Amino acid sequence: MARHVVATVDQIPPGQRLLVQVNGREIGIFNVEGEYFAVANRCPHEGASLCKGRIVGLVEATGPGDYQYSRRGELLRCPWHGWEFDLRTGRSWCEPDRTRVRSYELKVESGGALIEGELRAETFQVTIDKQYVVLEI
Amino acid sequence: MSTIELERPRASSYKLRVIDCDIHPAMTSWTEVHPYLEARWIEHLSVYGSHLRHAFSEALSHPRMSPDAARIDAYPEEGGPPGSSLELMRKQHLDPNGIEVGMLIPLRWNPGSQRNLDLGAALTRAMNTWQVERWVKQEPRLRASVLVAQEDTVASVAEIDARGGDPNFTQILILPKTDEPLGRRRYWPIYEAAVRNNLPITIHVGGTNGHPSTGGGWTSYYMEEHHSVAQTMQAVVASLVFEGVLERFPQLRVVIMEGGLGWVPSLNARMDKHWARLRSEVPHVRKPPSEYVREQVWFSTQPMEEPATSAELIDLFDRIGWDRLLFSTDYPHWDFDDPRYAFRANLTQAQREQLLYENARKFYRLD
Amino acid sequence: MEGNGLVAGLDQARTYAGAIDCDLHPAVPGMGVLLPYLNDYWREMASVRALDRLNLSLTSYPQNSPLSCRPDWLLPDGAKAGSSLEAMKDHVLDRFRPRYGILNCLYGAQVLHSEDMAAAFCRATNDWIRDHWLNHDLRLRASIVIPSHSAELAVAEIDRRAEDVRFVQVLMLASGETTLGRRHLWPVYERAERLGLAIGIHAGSAYRYAPTAVGWPSYYVEDYVAQSAAFESQLQSLISEGVFAKFPRLKVVAIESGLTWLSGFIWRADKTWKGVRAEVPWVTRTPSEIIRNHVRFTVQPVDAADEGEAIMRLADHIKSDELFLFSTDYPHWQFDGDAVLSGGLSDAFFRKIASENALATYSRLARAGRIVEAVP
Ligand code: FES
Repeated sequence: MARHVVATVDQIPPGQRLLVQVNGREIGIFNVEGEYFAVANRCPHEGASLCKGRIVGLVEATGPGDYQYSRRGELLRCPWHGWEFDLRTGRSWCEPDRTRVRSYELKVESGGALIEGELRAETFQVTIDKQYVVLEI
Repeated sequence: MSTIELERPRASSYKLRVIDCDIHPAMTSWTEVHPYLEARWIEHLSVYGSHLRHAFSEALSHPRMSPDAARIDAYPEEGGPPGSSLELMRKQHLDPNGIEVGMLIPLRWNPGSQRNLDLGAALTRAMNTWQVERWVKQEPRLRASVLVAQEDTVASVAEIDARGGDPNFTQILILPKTDEPLGRRRYWPIYEAAVRNNLPITIHVGGTNGHPSTGGGWTSYYMEEHHSVAQTMQAVVASLVFEGVLERFPQLRVVIMEGGLGWVPSLNARMDKHWARLRSEVPHVRKPPSEYVREQVWFSTQPMEEPATSAELIDLFDRIGWDRLLFSTDYPHWDFDDPRYAFRANLTQAQREQLLYENARKFYRLD
Repeated sequence: MEGNGLVAGLDQARTYAGAIDCDLHPAVPGMGVLLPYLNDYWREMASVRALDRLNLSLTSYPQNSPLSCRPDWLLPDGAKAGSSLEAMKDHVLDRFRPRYGILNCLYGAQVLHSEDMAAAFCRATNDWIRDHWLNHDLRLRASIVIPSHSAELAVAEIDRRAEDVRFVQVLMLASGETTLGRRHLWPVYERAERLGLAIGIHAGSAYRYAPTAVGWPSYYVEDYVAQSAAFESQLQSLISEGVFAKFPRLKVVAIESGLTWLSGFIWRADKTWKGVRAEVPWVTRTPSEIIRNHVRFTVQPVDAADEGEAIMRLADHIKSDELFLFSTDYPHWQFDGDAVLSGGLSDAFFRKIASENALATYSRLARAGRIVEAVP
């Protein structure tokens, strides 16, 4: 397990995403209202670039015609066949136990803390006064 | 808890070789066909647009769950709808997916469903030339389809005869929602022309004819509408069998495209069973229906069925006949199938090659 | 199993003794028999308009087609097949000795365009079934025939039968005026659920539309083949519209559907649902799971050459052996001799199909068991 600095927080405003490469893997970093999530850019169904999908909310219903909308921006809809994945867990909505996209641990840390600890900043010059998104792989 | 993990096969371990029987080319702007369309029809379209048997002049009856029914990663950066950029098609599909030959299936305007027959026929002529000029001449991997406006059989036959000798075209294209079931006699001159020109007939999902998408009325949801194309295709196959088309034209070869596969064994058995009881009504059907299907009908694979187990899928292919399956992706549409992952079954390398390449090579006589 | 050769050749028939035959077709011999059950207005109309001389046999079942009647079940003097209780006893009830037989009357009453006329004749049909069939044979049960294009009148007819537990099901045709999931039909489902009535969907069309999405075929055999597609569409409609979400105890029985289409249906429907379920968020389970919980199928005809194996295969695909209900489809010609189902079924599975599944589906069967005496 190594830690990788993949972005500064201001590179990914709320509602936006960033695709990064770590150890040859493509990973999407998502900012959901200030919280950051990371999932692999590969749909477990037929391999689409999942992170190009639309960011959507959770649609449920208490009964026919009673649409309940919540968790705005917390799900990712595959750009091909439209399966929905929970950005918090990587689980698919339809088969949460069977079909999930790999998700990764993310932390936001200050440059100061990072410089003191051991870390790998593959693409970044880390400076003390900034906030960074750190991925554990 | 088991998690499905897809690992892309290493490029070196497995070279993809694919014939894609269903690629949808689009126009960046409809002015692209202007060079091939008479001025009168350009003006007509600008003023009156499409005149179909459904509620919206420009939109489909049931809005899709994805815009343009497309993969949302298929929009060209330079603008235009998915399928309109050859460069993106190459970069995103033809090159990485090992497509050696791709069959074009143009869907714009539904010429065969136009109520104005002259407009429909003019559109087919223009779109057929457009396929060659805009696509096939630019990209040797692509092939065109002879789109016909089937309700005008005279014009359809003329167009088939006009294109029949042109190697850029590999098949005749009809959308199944025709005014009457495709087996009815009014369409037979088209089959005659197909046989004369040695071209198969491909019936690709689509069209609009004013009939509800089920025998019991209209569907409310896209979920139903999307499902109904499988029933529509069953009706087409039954029609070709029972009206005697396949008996009358033993050389005719038909592709059912994008209509699913899961229903084929059941429909065959159903037709056989009830033909046995009711054959006095249709004495022109001389052998069990499934035999006609087995000999003269092929099926494209997308959208691939996804049964729970590999064994179920293999059993399905066994029942249909492995040599009757033609791989297709439906690029750039949302229900696209990736040649690497579409078959959720443990296939041998030979089976995989047969499905992805060999069957279509033989069927389209691509040597 | 019983029947040790007392009557020659009955061994095979007696395999089915004690079964529940979920699809028997009594035929209305002519509208004349319904006249006593009409009110003054309709009786006068019947005479003024000569309604009683109309033959309201359905286009879906031409009276003399081989499918509508097995040759050895034809009646003398051109009488409509299925119109004689004595013959039905002879051909099925006393031969196969089912414990119960469920009558599904296919007659024109339910497809008349006028809602009022349809309601009047449906009511008369149900009364006639009660008086001339249910009251004459304790083994018989019946479906309530309704004018399904008017939910209001349909509910009224269902309510009229609520107390008579010999009516175990509400009958609808696979192709009517609108797809069956539509909300305007929900009062029918609400009532059925409340009263413990199954909804039986039987092959057949009111021909409000062409039987296929590609228009009108030339031949009857095509219409009949298209019936299985109609069932697929209706299941998709009931699921998509959320009928089972709204009425969680509702049971639907697909009668004479052909059966084997179900494999392809669940593969496609489950896959499609995963991609488009946000359109119908009340559908929270796969279509196959919904079918397992709510939908049952009678086993004639089985569209396969190897019937028993085909059912086993299907049970495997759908992961349940509770979905299939025994039926002869009398007098329709679906099998020959006494071989209602050709081999391949395990004993345990056969028992489920023969009666256990039907008892679990038709909750009123258990209640009707208390009826000890028919009132002729
Ligand atoms: S590839 Fe993502 S849903 Fe199919």
